Amino acid sequence: MTVPRTPPGTAAFCLALLRRQLTLAARRPIEIGNPLLFFAMVVALFPLGLGPAPDQLAGFAPGILWIIALLSSLLTSDTVFRSDFEDGSLEQLLLAPQPLFMSVLAYICAHWLVTGLLLALVSPLFALMIKLPAAAIGALVASLLLGTAVLSLVGGIGAALTVGLKRGGMLISLLILPFYMPVLIFGSAAVQNATLGIPAAPYLAVLGALLCLAIALAPLAIAAGLRISVDA
Amino acid sequence: MPPGPGGEALLTVAALCLERGGRELFRDLAFAVRPGQLVQIEGANGAGKTSLLRILAGLSRYGYSGSVARHCPLLYLGHLSAVKALLTPRENLAWHVAGESSYSRPQIDEALAKVGLYGYEDVPSHALSAGQHRRVNLARLYLSQCPLWLLDEPFTAIDKSGVAELELLLVEHVRRGGAVVLTSHQSLQVAYPVQILSLSEGLAA
Amino acid sequence: MWSFFHKLGSPPWLYRIAGTILRWLLPITLVALCVGMTWGLLYTAPDFRQGNSYRIIYIHVPAAVVALAGYYVMALAGAVSLIWKMKMADVAMKACAPIGAALTFIALVTGAIWGKPTWGTWWVWDARITSMLILLFLYLGVVALYEAYDNKEAAGKACAVLSLVGMVNIPIIYKSVDWWYSLHQPASIKFTGDSTIDPSMLYPLLLMIAAFYAVFTCCLLMNMRAEILEREARTNWVKKLALEYRT
Repeated sequence: MTVPRTPPGTAAFCLALLRRQLTLAARRPIEIGNPLLFFAMVVALFPLGLGPAPDQLAGFAPGILWIIALLSSLLTSDTVFRSDFEDGSLEQLLLAPQPLFMSVLAYICAHWLVTGLLLALVSPLFALMIKLPAAAIGALVASLLLGTAVLSLVGGIGAALTVGLKRGGMLISLLILPFYMPVLIFGSAAVQNATLGIPAAPYLAVLGALLCLAIALAPLAIAAGLRISVDA
Repeated sequence: MPPGPGGEALLTVAALCLERGGRELFRDLAFAVRPGQLVQIEGANGAGKTSLLRILAGLSRYGYSGSVARHCPLLYLGHLSAVKALLTPRENLAWHVAGESSYSRPQIDEALAKVGLYGYEDVPSHALSAGQHRRVNLARLYLSQCPLWLLDEPFTAIDKSGVAELELLLVEHVRRGGAVVLTSHQSLQVAYPVQILSLSEGLAA
Repeated sequence: MWSFFHKLGSPPWLYRIAGTILRWLLPITLVALCVGMTWGLLYTAPDFRQGNSYRIIYIHVPAAVVALAGYYVMALAGAVSLIWKMKMADVAMKACAPIGAALTFIALVTGAIWGKPTWGTWWVWDARITSMLILLFLYLGVVALYEAYDNKEAAGKACAVLSLVGMVNIPIIYKSVDWWYSLHQPASIKFTGDSTIDPSMLYPLLLMIAAFYAVFTCCLLMNMRAEILEREARTNWVKKLALEYRT
């Protein structure tokens, strides 16, 4: 008790949080693998349901790939704050002197790194399986990189509002699926355009704009939601 | 360092009323916590001890009327230990979400040794017992520089020698000019004046 | 100004003033509804292209307009409850959600009924219909979230946050659905394009829109009164009111 210690700066604190979340994810690798496995399995469902004709699959591929990406992001977003809520870490986070806005961003960033980013990186494999034209794969990866980040941020709002509820799993989909729709529209439109040989850049730009808006506003709602959930 | 109570208030409470489920738990509660004070909140189950502590910490933000002013950083330990089962005790403290300070490794190891977890620094926390989880949490008290401690049932799941050490630590902290507000069902065995805040009567003694 | 604000936060005052407003507004609303309905349904000329089926717009359009406005009322009440911690704003917000959901549902159903003779199908993935459907989901989300919380005060706050998120998102959703629709424009549907409306048809429509706003307000006030009584059931003024009512 000799050297006075000051609270770490916001940046240092957020980096520590990010490292903590990533370490936690890495210690449970199956939870990182689950969304990817889910992606692969649902991709396999579509030829079974729609028939294996390559032309037909190729026509639906942009929409199919985006809907699956959306669902796997949705299924994982419930877990972002849940374990921290259950063991009391969340109350301590709310009491931290650093701004909650930034700490929440660190949590969401960690979530995106282990779901959205990985999903975008492995998506070319699934795209080939479902006969997406090779020309559209670049647009698919780019749109998933931008779009899943928005999905993580928006999903975080639903997670924050339902983390205190015992039966939050189904509810979170009801709350945030409507907010996912713009991302789905522009994401699949970008891929669709690329399959037709039209530049996808305008749609990617819109996704980028949505991402900027989400980064600016979603943490506010998430922080408010967490305070309410911890208080309930 | 001031040896006894005195100095600027660390926490002031005025006209605090709380109602839960249509029942009034306490009303017109007013007190100030100053450096050197060791305050124990007493009351039966359901008297509102935990609720009061959460209001003081700032975790409860509605459902009550009155004002709470916090004038210094505070450390709150609740019922939940905030220990991540997948992290080792050392990591739990190094990346603690309360963000009060970044501790060096020797500081953390020293604090863990003080709570009797020497040799457990790198064991995953899921291999530890519930009492050891509480102890990891209590190690924060050895590290913390916050003047005001709000402790909710800190003696739960702690063995006898642990309780004695914790009591010593609390006294040391208030002697250094800190303040402690705690809830507990057992009376403290300390050589220091303990102020009792009894919620059933609603007044500070 | 502040004293008025203060009074708004007082449940007995709000309960009483809502009752007084209702006593006047309710008859006016009923008259406006009856007049608007008979005028629109019986005394306007049939449309030269759609015949009599177009008359459903006298219910469909007002319901859709007020449903959308209702979401903004709900979100603003939510904002007031979050910023000024006003409990009565919570009550107003909670009361909005089911009314808005019902109006959205009416708009969707009447739209489908109109679509059958006009487009030959009950459901078309048209931009406006899709947007209305999403609006219904948004309302139902708020209702579901409120019901999921045991602590009703927390429920109010959570719904306030959700409806504010919705308020920011609604323009984005509407714009993107419009865009989506123009991308996949099917050739057959071109009825809802720009068309001028004859004043003889417009006036009853405006009257009906006003009447639906009044219906919304009436339902809101009645809903709020019920919610206030439920929340304040243990207070003395409600007990006194119950005694008065019995005698």
